[in-house]
Amino acid sequence: MFDDSNIIVGLEIGTSKICAVVGEQNADGTLNIVGLGQSPANGVRKGEIVDAALAEERVRNAIVEAEQMADVEIRSVYLGVTGGHLRGFNNRGVHPVVSADREISDDDVQDVIKNAKAINLPAENTVVHAVRQHFLVDGHDGITNPVGMLGARLEVDMHVVHGNTNRLQNSIRLVKGLQLEVEEIVFNGLASSLALLTSEQKELGALVIDIGGGTTDYVVYSDGVIKHTGALAVGGDHVSNDLGHGLKVQLSRAEKLKLEHGSALMDDAMKGRTLTISNELGLPLKTINVEHLQRIMSLRLEEIFQIIASDLEQAGLTDYLRAGVFLCGGCARVPQIAKLAEPILQMPVSLGQTNSISGLKSALDQPEFVTAIGLAKFGSLKTRKREGKSSIAQGIKGVFGKFLQRP
Amino acid sequence: MKTKTEIEPAAPGPKSARTVKIIGVGGAGVGLLDALNVEEFAGANFVAINTDAPSLAASSATVKIHLETKLLRGLGTGGDPERGRAIAEEQFATLKTACEGADVILIVAGLGGGAGSGISPVLARAAKETGALVLAFVTLPFMCEGNRRQQQARQSLEQLKSVADGVICLPSQKTFKLIDENTSVLDTFRITGGLLIEGVRGVWQLLTRPGLIQIHFDDLCSLVRDRHSESLFAFVEASGAGRSREIVEKLLAHPLLDEGRALAESDAVLVSLMGGKDLTMAEVNRVMEQIGRHCEQAQIIMGAAVDVEFKNHLSVTVIAAKHSIAVAPEPSIDLAPDDQGGQMTSRGAAARAGARCATPAPGFNLEQREQLLAKNAGRPRKATSKMRQEQLPLAIIAKGRFDNSDPTVHKGEDLDIPTFVRRGVAMN
Repeated sequence: MFDDSNIIVGLEIGTSKICAVVGEQNADGTLNIVGLGQSPANGVRKGEIVDAALAEERVRNAIVEAEQMADVEIRSVYLGVTGGHLRGFNNRGVHPVVSADREISDDDVQDVIKNAKAINLPAENTVVHAVRQHFLVDGHDGITNPVGMLGARLEVDMHVVHGNTNRLQNSIRLVKGLQLEVEEIVFNGLASSLALLTSEQKELGALVIDIGGGTTDYVVYSDGVIKHTGALAVGGDHVSNDLGHGLKVQLSRAEKLKLEHGSALMDDAMKGRTLTISNELGLPLKTINVEHLQRIMSLRLEEIFQIIASDLEQAGLTDYLRAGVFLCGGCARVPQIAKLAEPILQMPVSLGQTNSISGLKSALDQPEFVTAIGLAKFGSLKTRKREGKSSIAQGIKGVFGKFLQRP
Repeated sequence: MKTKTEIEPAAPGPKSARTVKIIGVGGAGVGLLDALNVEEFAGANFVAINTDAPSLAASSATVKIHLETKLLRGLGTGGDPERGRAIAEEQFATLKTACEGADVILIVAGLGGGAGSGISPVLARAAKETGALVLAFVTLPFMCEGNRRQQQARQSLEQLKSVADGVICLPSQKTFKLIDENTSVLDTFRITGGLLIEGVRGVWQLLTRPGLIQIHFDDLCSLVRDRHSESLFAFVEASGAGRSREIVEKLLAHPLLDEGRALAESDAVLVSLMGGKDLTMAEVNRVMEQIGRHCEQAQIIMGAAVDVEFKNHLSVTVIAAKHSIAVAPEPSIDLAPDDQGGQMTSRGAAARAGARCATPAPGFNLEQREQLLAKNAGRPRKATSKMRQEQLPLAIIAKGRFDNSDPTVHKGEDLDIPTFVRRGVAMN
């Protein structure tokens, strides 16, 4: 049996599916995925819950499945959140160093971080993440640890992700209603980037785009820190909806057509080709032009990338992404999507691999699971940090240290 | 009124050794040009450029250039700057000849529409290639004109900045501070135009009047160039005994300078004083001292000139430039949103009645008027709490499964509506 304290669970309540990933933290801090449960979502639109009763049922199913597979009891989860209301921005905190010798102390660092976190947000919003970027000492950029340095003015840049409190609470309450503890909420895009990027790629600069069912989340890393985040409430659902509208078929049929014949780029071979769809009795129902199908998809996906590209351009980050773009989420499965995105983003685009997690079976290395795996990884990073501070070993060492120091 | 004439090299103006050409682009620009074409600006050459023949026919400019191709079918650009740009690129040679023979070219345009936004950057480039100094005076559209026009205007402004020596920009939204509840739409546009004209006048005086303390045009250009934001300007006049004090008060209360706050935030300020022979040093000193006190951070370029005709009169032109990006024309923060809506709807009837008999105000072209009227027709008097681009209920587009959800609006576009519908791609 596993010791429960080592179990970390990431739960993603997505628009198209709910996914729970169970990870086991090894002694050396690495994460091992031991279980996964999923269930098709219901009552979720654009990443947000619209029917709590329906969604709750599906979340329970996913959790139960994950518990069975991992043979553990899940008590707490790291919950992924997304939605069009989430916003990210960079904030700078300033703190004057007051000590006589101008040496920056731990307290100064704590103070400047506190200042950077004091943000003027609309009353109805809360901070989801406040991620530290770099320190500046007297205007010198790029300092990772200023303790012990000399300076008069200490500044720190923070990337802050915030969202509407009530809308965030909806999913938290739902999970709590299942007698599960929510350890922390995590922005889905951030979780995906944790699962996909190696530290080298973060250093080089990379963009992770997670195109899910209802939302598209993206995160930009540069110089090893998060520089920009965004959430766009457009995703695979929109593609299906467009197809339903354009081809005049039911949504369920449109969804199926998308999976079977979809493509991000228009295929010349498909020009003029038609498909005949039949009803449940096998009788021909309708003829569909494959070219139209692909054009509708292509336009929608192209638009998503264009919006992201223009956002990055506005943020002035386009030239800092030397490692390229990594796609994940269900829409990353659309054939030729990387080829579509490349000219728009003007960067090499590839499908993300969850290779930053050890012990992962290849069966789990699917674009849909990236976020949930990332959530578990986020949890493992958090617990490792916590343990680093208060492990028994350190306690003992501390006692002995004191003992030895005595005269 | 001359019709299309050959472009002849301009004769130098009576008061200056420089040849100045003032070029109005697009509906708004041509309208403003007419307002400029008065005695005071004798010596300047006026050139009107538009894609729309009727507006050109009504213009009093000496040279008129009608940009036309089969593509437009005589309908103008239809508010699409891409078309404006395409046609300007096509007729690049024509534009260049129009610009030839001038030392200084002032471009006057209203950004946001098709012709002004599309042609101005190309024209600025053409003018630059002839070796002239290029300064552009442009207006940005009102917030209520919609997101798309704002965006087009912004884009065009960026392009202009990259080619012109200087861009002086007037966000129309700021004129809301100058008007009251009862100002009609026509008057509002007239005021906006008037402000821009004041700016041109200020620069014109700078260029043509003999200076005691000379400001070179290069000074002006280096001031407005490379500041990645709009330059703000104000032009005030006063006369009588207490004129220097009055001038300072007027300046600090000027809405375009945000009641003097803009001075404090700017990092370069150009002040040009103009007075009669009776201009005293004490007055110059007083004005400069007061301005200097309000912008301690800024580099101040000062000039003074004397005009014999300016008896007992003092005028000051201030151009302030900021480096920061924080100068975005304030949205409807300081005025109640329904205030604006009310303005538009309650004054709509007046505008409509006025439009029939009187000529539209400068800067208020057919397209803008139509947009306004359409807006009034769409939702009468419904004071919405949020400013939002209204949609005419013409085509009902099913949003399918997103019908009941919070719409995803990005830059004024409802992304829940299928992309191919919004882009007008035909299926079948």
